[in-house]
Amino acid sequence: MERILAQFPDFFTWKNIALLAESAGLTLAMTLLGCLIGFGLALVLVYLRTTPGLWALPLRVACIAYVEVFRRIPFLVVIYLVLFFIQTVASDVSLFSIAVISICIYAIAYTADIIRGGIESVPKTQIEAAQAMNLSRFQTMRLCVLPQALPVIIPPAIAFAVSFIKDTALVSQIGVFELTFRGKELNNQGYSGVLVFGTIAFCYFLMSFPLSLLGQYLEKRLATPRGQRHSR
Amino acid sequence: MPHLAVNDIHANYGKLAVLHGIDFKVDRGEVVSLVGPSGSGKSTVLRALVGLTPVTAGSVEVDGTSIDYAAPRAVKAARDRMAIVFQQYNLFQNMTVLRNVSLAPTKVKGRKRAEVEAEAMDLLKLVGMDHKAHAYPDELSGGQQQRVAIARALALKPEILLLDEVTSALDPELVNEVLDAIRRLASEGMTMLLVSHEMAFVREVSSKVVFMDAGKVVEAGPPAAIFDTPKSDRARDFFGKVLR
Amino acid sequence: MDYNFQFNVVWRNFDELLSGAWLTLQLGVFAFTCGCLIGLVGAACLSFAPRPIRWLVQAFVIFITNTPALIQIYFLYFGLPEFGIRWSNEACVLIGLTLNAGAYLTMILRAGFLSVRATEMEAGETMGMSLPQRIRYIVVPHIAKSIYPALANFFIVILVMGTSVGAVIGVDELTGQAINLSTVNYRWLEYFTVVALMYVVLTFIASIGLALLGRWAFRVKARIF
Repeated sequence: MERILAQFPDFFTWKNIALLAESAGLTLAMTLLGCLIGFGLALVLVYLRTTPGLWALPLRVACIAYVEVFRRIPFLVVIYLVLFFIQTVASDVSLFSIAVISICIYAIAYTADIIRGGIESVPKTQIEAAQAMNLSRFQTMRLCVLPQALPVIIPPAIAFAVSFIKDTALVSQIGVFELTFRGKELNNQGYSGVLVFGTIAFCYFLMSFPLSLLGQYLEKRLATPRGQRHSR
Repeated sequence: MPHLAVNDIHANYGKLAVLHGIDFKVDRGEVVSLVGPSGSGKSTVLRALVGLTPVTAGSVEVDGTSIDYAAPRAVKAARDRMAIVFQQYNLFQNMTVLRNVSLAPTKVKGRKRAEVEAEAMDLLKLVGMDHKAHAYPDELSGGQQQRVAIARALALKPEILLLDEVTSALDPELVNEVLDAIRRLASEGMTMLLVSHEMAFVREVSSKVVFMDAGKVVEAGPPAAIFDTPKSDRARDFFGKVLR
Repeated sequence: MDYNFQFNVVWRNFDELLSGAWLTLQLGVFAFTCGCLIGLVGAACLSFAPRPIRWLVQAFVIFITNTPALIQIYFLYFGLPEFGIRWSNEACVLIGLTLNAGAYLTMILRAGFLSVRATEMEAGETMGMSLPQRIRYIVVPHIAKSIYPALANFFIVILVMGTSVGAVIGVDELTGQAINLSTVNYRWLEYFTVVALMYVVLTFIASIGLALLGRWAFRVKARIF
């Protein structure tokens, strides 16, 4: 205990704090980037999954299989698979890119389910109305269905991304200089584990908690029908 | 040549057969009404005409050209010529009234937005909704939404307008504003096929009434003949209950 | 890509992967079961306990669910020895996962508690049911039905996301075995491909088992896929 207290001024130097802030930024950046790209690709996946016709059957099966399979593989295993796969096909891909790709692969599987749920919440009659007006399948999705589904999709998608901030800690395993990696480094330099990992936990908390509150606020706000939001 | 000829069409809803051979004709500028008990397939006829429910047999001719509902391109052509207004209006909730009306002409026909919107405003004026052009559907009453839906269908410049129980979802005091809009269209010579439970209105506005039951046409003719001196027991029984 | 896949090496050591999968299953089941007990106590506290205790439980849940499981386990493994508490790596993973599961399950079970409507309890009371009867026939079926899918889903999360964290501090569960074995003979891609498939099979079996259990015990139509 005394050792921990004695290390206090040593540990909380500007240099260490700046280092932690930088790593926290990296953690946020790769989560945000991975989840955003993942969200976009998940939209494409969900759209492809609804392709009609017998010829598209393999495509639909592939889309369903992707979601089912990647939700059942640990993130750590996905990271290693991406790392070793990319290293065998290309030589100079940064570890940061590998982390983002791993996050992206995982985010697609999870957000695809969220997006599908949101799209199914739009009444079928809206789609029929669009069809009867000769809007194409893509136009129907882009102009009518998706705008109505987004309020249902966005809150849980944000909740997923926020909870994934924590899971990215595993990326430290392949040596990306994010928050957890810094923690291990500082611990190896001789700083107390309680002090280091307590601080790191607190850093994650500072990122995760306010963002999760923001997500809950958005959920409440988006749940209000537009009519009530306008006439205020 | 009739404007719309429906020849012996059959349709299934899932595995259930709902239309077993429907025949009728609509002349140019004529208003024809489909009446009958619920579940008799009236709405299915309209849905089949715009390709929302698949037609399994029979043929449909518009202006003498027959439509092959198995071919996507033909279905598109059919939707170009016939527009449908739904019981539940089905306005796009995420768009303003004006955008709802101008959407298809800009996106499907690729016309200029300014020009389409000017036309849309005229149509909204026709149904008395121009003052709500920038409102969202959930800010309007059912009757107002239905009038917008009619304007939206007209914006497609259809040759034939299909109206599917357009007043059934409305509160009684809102029914007349919608019926007035339809009356105006009828007086302007629009060819219309309507499904309705408003018997007095059907009698007033249509030149022909088709009585359907269990997916078949039981009898058809001028409103006076069908309503006052029905030939079939089924029609007599039905109108006896409905007209009282 | 001129990579030459060689799966023979993997098959030769398949026994070790199987033992890893067995440990994964054990860790998952243990953490989930103990987590359920913690969750039950936690949810009961949130519903019935006096305010300070409620706050304490709430703080525990908020803290655990907003920090990574990996950091919690690091804290136990690298931090606690400074207080003279030394646990094996397996114990650290087990305790860390259990606490983690406890916090999440507190939230899930709490939602289940909230789903019981007072009017139904009153209806039971007017029918002359005793409190144990009301719990047996009204509360439990109701909670089971409303939270079983969430519970089943969380078990899969623990089994996959949870236990694999152990590999990081050298526990020989499935992911850990993959790391151990591939470090020896450098067949990383092969090992991790096979291990990924093993996770898929393992969780499919678990999902199907849970869906059948839910149907049989609680008449819940749980989604397998």
